[in-house]
Amino acid sequence: MYLIKRKEMLHSTIFLMDIVAPRVAKNCQPGQFIILRVDADGERIPLTICDYNREEGTVTIVTQAMGASTHKLMALEEGAYVQDFVGPLGCPSDLVTGDIEEVRKKKILFVAGGLGTAPVYPQVKWLHEHGIEADVIIGAKTKDLIIYEDDMRKVCGNLYITTDDGSCGRHGLVTQVISDLIEKEGKHYDLCVSIGPMIMMKFCVLTTRKYDLPTIVSMNPIMVDGTGMCGACRLTVGGEVKFACIDGPEFDGFKVDFDEAMDRMKLYRTEEGRALLKFREGDTHHGGCGNCGGDK
Amino acid sequence: MALPEGFVRVPITEQDPKVRAGNFEEVCLGYTDEEAVLEASRCLNCKKPMCVEGCPVRVNIPGFIEALKGGNIEESYSRLSACTALPAVCGRVCPQETQCESKCIRGIKGDAVAIGKLERYVADKARSLGMKPVVTAAPNGHKVAVIGSGPAGLTCAGDLARLGYDVTVFEALHEAGGVLTYGIPEFRLPKEKVVRPEVENIRSLGVKIETNVIVGKSVTIDQLMEDEGFEAVFIGSGAGLPMFMNIPGENAKGVFSANEFLTRNNLMKAFRDDSDTPIYRPARVAVVGGGNVAMDAARTALRLGSSVTIIYRRSEAELPARAEEVHHAREEGIVFEMLTNPVEILTNDDKFVRAIKCVRMELGEPDQSGRRRPVPVEGSEFEIETDAVIMALGTSPNPMLSSATPGLEINKRRCIIAEETTGKTSREGVYAGGDAVSGAATVILAMGAGKDAAAAIDEYIRLKRTNL
Ligand SMILES: Cc1cc2nc3c(=O)[nH]c(=O)nc-3n(C[C@H](O)[C@H](O)[C@H](O)COP(=O)(O)OP(=O)(O)OC[C@H]3O[C@@H](n4cnc5c(N)ncnc54)[C@H](O)[C@@H]3O)c2cc1C
Ligand SMILES: Cc1cc2nc3c(=O)[nH]c(=O)nc-3n(C[C@H](O)[C@H](O)[C@H](O)COP(=O)(O)OP(=O)(O)OC[C@H]3O[C@@H](n4cnc5c(N)ncnc54)[C@H](O)[C@@H]3O)c2cc1C
Ligand code: SF4
Ligand code: SF4
Ligand code: FES
Repeated sequence: MYLIKRKEMLHSTIFLMDIVAPRVAKNCQPGQFIILRVDADGERIPLTICDYNREEGTVTIVTQAMGASTHKLMALEEGAYVQDFVGPLGCPSDLVTGDIEEVRKKKILFVAGGLGTAPVYPQVKWLHEHGIEADVIIGAKTKDLIIYEDDMRKVCGNLYITTDDGSCGRHGLVTQVISDLIEKEGKHYDLCVSIGPMIMMKFCVLTTRKYDLPTIVSMNPIMVDGTGMCGACRLTVGGEVKFACIDGPEFDGFKVDFDEAMDRMKLYRTEEGRALLKFREGDTHHGGCGNCGGDK
Repeated sequence: MALPEGFVRVPITEQDPKVRAGNFEEVCLGYTDEEAVLEASRCLNCKKPMCVEGCPVRVNIPGFIEALKGGNIEESYSRLSACTALPAVCGRVCPQETQCESKCIRGIKGDAVAIGKLERYVADKARSLGMKPVVTAAPNGHKVAVIGSGPAGLTCAGDLARLGYDVTVFEALHEAGGVLTYGIPEFRLPKEKVVRPEVENIRSLGVKIETNVIVGKSVTIDQLMEDEGFEAVFIGSGAGLPMFMNIPGENAKGVFSANEFLTRNNLMKAFRDDSDTPIYRPARVAVVGGGNVAMDAARTALRLGSSVTIIYRRSEAELPARAEEVHHAREEGIVFEMLTNPVEILTNDDKFVRAIKCVRMELGEPDQSGRRRPVPVEGSEFEIETDAVIMALGTSPNPMLSSATPGLEINKRRCIIAEETTGKTSREGVYAGGDAVSGAATVILAMGAGKDAAAAIDEYIRLKRTNL
């Protein structure tokens, strides 16, 4: 059992938790994820590591309540326990494992969609701690859904905020901001890291491709074990089958077959599947949340 | 011509095929007390028991059966549990017909003694009477880490604990047991009734089991040895990576590895209403492969309500699955398409599986395995309509641990290189065994390897102690 040491609601359905898991906290790196089970009947849900405290042995996760499992998690309060918590899974981001001098030479742009802001944060923070200031675009459907704004501002270079409805920052999609920065504001970037709903990452890549701007994306397909054992998470990357849980979750965005990946997310979302899952969903698959794939 | 009494095995009760096709209860119901004693009495208590030669862990077969004949369960269990840490498991899933029972003298004229079924009986009986295996040595204070809680790891851990070692098993999943827990289905190997209690027995020897720890990720072997004071490590991490065929359409919705399908059902209990984990239950399922894994996936799909076809590229005679499993599968109504190989998976407009395109095969020259190699018959393509495809093509070891362990050598098949009789690897103090070394094999071979490694680890630590 793993203690929920802190819980904070970031929005009516988005919440942050610090969970005590010393082994994970000790060995995790930005870019990796964990899998947890809320209770003994729970499914295994993958969540990105959004921060960690090696001294206190805690790992931070940020989740949006979407279906049954994430609602169950949201129902737990500080001081309660989750049944299982395992990690770190997946490969650390190339930025933190690569040659730091090479990274230093690069001008990096992060593009965070909705909940994707949370997993972008540890990477930007890590770079900041290593003296590298990266620019960040945060996009969300509306003002309320912007998370991590203040934290991010402390560790990034320029911060650009945009909302679909114009209720905060610029008005429009993140792809528009990328184009504006490059074309209108004369910015130059050597690397883009895009984390958010699959649909956003797909369009982000279509945009950055135009500028020959190499782009890393973080894939979040359906998973079971997270250790390479089931193959549920398989994706096609550069014509080859990859397992997101062990080969990723970060991949070269130019090579990812997004259409296939988004399609595979629908597997348990069939009519039959919905009934079977006793779906408790409301207006959840709206895109911009950072995890459901916006895959209408 | 009917054989005289004594030459025929006491029949065992099984659930009716029609009934069991709709539930996850165990197929074989086991012997009653009377039946067990009657079957035991067929054992001749051979001076040179050939059966023992056939058992990879050399279970004292005549010994435990002799005690059973006299109805002395306690003695029988104590003789049995001294040789195997998982008797209720082995009795159920060992391929006895090619191991112990294939060598039994009784088998020359008539039926071999039902060694497996008796082993199962004794273990089940002992459990119902609350008997536990006994610890033999006082704690010696030396720490050993075991990676993986499958049969190899559990056996190694149990043996070391009996010798007085302070053993911790690290398991990546949230539940111990390895394939026994996530792979082999409930109807062959009940989890609550059989696997959990046998794991508990190993805990009762003093073994600690830490779940949710992926060695190589959550902690490394170097950290275990340098920071946490483990003097030796046994790797029993299995061969869990699924293979696919690399044919077109394999990433369509409705194509699963057997591992995924079985894990959802067994580990995650997707067949139960109270489980949150979804599982796909279409009208028709095609399973590709012919091993135990294919049979298990097929029979699981059947129980979830699908009609099931098994597609296998060789002929009946080459089916690698245990004869009993094939027989059970047929009884339950699973259709076999032999000498058939998939070439493509076809989808509908929504990219769900619609059919599997196959080609007929014929047997050509024998290949390296000595079996005749199947070759495609030109122009024989045909389609089998199906809503899902389960790939049960085999598995290979997971490189997650080896790649995170500098100096640990692996071979081309990604198996850890270890000495045959000791499990010694290229890293000092690190031993390995089971599927991680051999590639996918059997429960009892994994247990044998765990046992040998426990002895080698004991010797290694003793030697180190005296050399200090
Ligand atoms: C590497 C990775 C990192 C992720 N990081 C985050 C994060 O930081 N924050 C966050 O909120 N979400 C994250 N997700 C998505 C999160 O795991 C899913 O939102 C969650 O599993 C949905 O559970 P549910 O039952 O509440 O939702 P539902 O919408 O009810 O899901 C329906 C069913 O679909 C399956 N399913 C759908 N999406 C996924 C998925 N991505 N993984 C596994 N199963 C799925 C489940 O089996 C579930 O039963 C991540 C996913 C991955 C793979
Ligand atoms: C569906 C199926 C049916 C089978 N049927 C039979 C049968 O009828 N009879 C028979 O004899 N054999 C059968 N087998 C084969 C048999 O189950 C295996 O040969 C046996 O389980 C191997 O044991 P093991 O201990 O080496 O590995 P496993 O049982 O695979 O256990 C390995 C364990 O290590 C864990 N692990 C892996 N990596 C790490 C890590 N880095 N850190 C921590 N833990 C880790 C895994 O999660 C797993 O729990 C079957 C196999 C399958 C898949
Ligand atoms: S452990 Fe397996 S092979 Fe050995 S005697 Fe028992 S059933 Fe036979
Ligand atoms: S060979 Fe057969 S008859 Fe002889 S001891 Fe073994 S089980 Fe009994
Ligand atoms: S989640 Fe099972 S292989 Fe990736």
